[in-house]
Amino acid sequence: MSREIRARLRIERRDFKLEVDLTLPGRGVTGLFGHSGSGKTTCLRAIAGLERAADGYFAVGDDVWQDEARGLFVPPHQRALGMVFQEASLFPHLSVRCNMQFGEQRTPARKRHFALSEVAELLGIEHLLDRSPGQLSGGERQRVAIARALLAAPQILLLDEPLAALDLKRKLEILPYLERLHRELSLPIIYVSHSPDEVARLADHLVLLEQGQVVASGPLKQVLSRIDLPAAFADDAGVVIETRLAAQEADDLSRLEFSGGQILVTRRDEPIGTRLRCRIHARDVSLALVPQVQSSILNSVEATVVDLASADTPGHVLVSLDVAGEPLLARITRRSAERLEIRPGLALKAQIKAVALLA
Amino acid sequence: MDSAAADFAAVWLTLRLATVVTILLLIIGTPIAWWLARTGSALKSVVGAVVALPLVLPPTVLGFYLLIAMGPQGPVGQLTQWLGLGLLPFTFPGLVVASVFYSLPFVVQPIQNAFEAIGERPLEVAATLRAGPWDAFWSVAVPLARPGFITGAILGFAHTVGEFGIVLMIGGSIPGKTRVVSVQIYDHVEALEYAQAHWLAGGMVLFSFLVLLALYIFNQPRRKGE
Repeated sequence: MSREIRARLRIERRDFKLEVDLTLPGRGVTGLFGHSGSGKTTCLRAIAGLERAADGYFAVGDDVWQDEARGLFVPPHQRALGMVFQEASLFPHLSVRCNMQFGEQRTPARKRHFALSEVAELLGIEHLLDRSPGQLSGGERQRVAIARALLAAPQILLLDEPLAALDLKRKLEILPYLERLHRELSLPIIYVSHSPDEVARLADHLVLLEQGQVVASGPLKQVLSRIDLPAAFADDAGVVIETRLAAQEADDLSRLEFSGGQILVTRRDEPIGTRLRCRIHARDVSLALVPQVQSSILNSVEATVVDLASADTPGHVLVSLDVAGEPLLARITRRSAERLEIRPGLALKAQIKAVALLA
Repeated sequence: MDSAAADFAAVWLTLRLATVVTILLLIIGTPIAWWLARTGSALKSVVGAVVALPLVLPPTVLGFYLLIAMGPQGPVGQLTQWLGLGLLPFTFPGLVVASVFYSLPFVVQPIQNAFEAIGERPLEVAATLRAGPWDAFWSVAVPLARPGFITGAILGFAHTVGEFGIVLMIGGSIPGKTRVVSVQIYDHVEALEYAQAHWLAGGMVLFSFLVLLALYIFNQPRRKGE
């Protein structure tokens, strides 16, 4: 089931203008990333129909929810969507179970695609069904909110910074469930976030918003490896690679394989063959012209320089590299770039100081 | 009618009046409160002020205008006569109409505050869960505003029981028809029947105290986790 999402929305306010024209994949997670004030929440609200874009078109596959050219605007309650807000907004007068049934009861039986027990199991909330929302932790509330949204049989799930109001511990508690949704449901998800980590971990497709405008939209890997967007990520610039746990070494290290080679990380306990998404920050990659044998850095891969551009931090440049077809970014000082005569086409060694495993 | 029977008739009439008025106030006051809580209209302040007028006006002023409006020459009076209902002053329905006006702010304001405290978010959530506006109003807004409804109903009821001036202006003091407790007490005092006046007046004090006590207990902030 591939149902492409088309969104063309224009909202003008006194001090703010949102103008987006997007085509998004009909499955997987689209990260809508931007700093506060970039218009990402407004964009999501316009998609939900909670704000009416004066000039707008929105469709999921063949379902057109808004087409102002024809004067068509489907109100939010008639759109098959699920939305989870920053705070969970469970109805305090209803039990967890009744909260979850709220949307389900209003969905015609033939359109329901999940059973309550399935969804409760998926989000690990079976034991909470008879509690009242006031008795739940922040993370539990958010999981109930997601379950409630799923039971309304959405064609698309909209998540508005669902983790922003949670502390780190709660975030880590809920992220695996979001990954599970991603893996197990074919439902397209639009995930609004200002956290590069969350986006890198969850998204397949990435949209960058700045001051109400789309600066970039494309597959996650591709957008993250662009060096013309340093301001968006600042210090967090870096790529994401998909790896496979290949072997366990004797000295408490694990070997991960990816299309560009292999990297060693501290031991992971997942079974051999598990797919692991890693993030490599540009600031953790250094460059050398000859192999560095006398170095403590374990990971070194053959790379070719594709391009370089000024980084957001003063005195630095971002170098985009090609590692057997896999993109990699390195941030080095301008002085080093000049001393090594970094230029497109140059073959060199990329040393990876740190790898962040995202799953 | 002996004195005790007259007192009972007054109490019974008062309770009947307050009940009818409270029900009508909830029906009339809820949409007004909803509109006031959610509108962005410039008329909001005007309507809000009009609703609040009985809080500051002497009941005689309101009674005076209602008397004129409902009288034979007044617009309401002409209407009721045309409808074959006769004239409202000095009748039970007349008392009801006057009381509804007079107690309106006591019902509208708590409900309005409760609606405002809910905010936009629960209704937006309801909308994303396929609840239309009417559905969301009944399934989310009303249950969440329940404390406001209870406060409004209690205040409306108690205030109607306690009114005097406007009742005297519109209803006079017709036993069994318009002579409510407050008027009955007044008549007892006028006639120097202090013993009877004591019974009723003391009853009113006790009743009012219990109502307010219930209200304060009910409105105490609940502890977390409850």
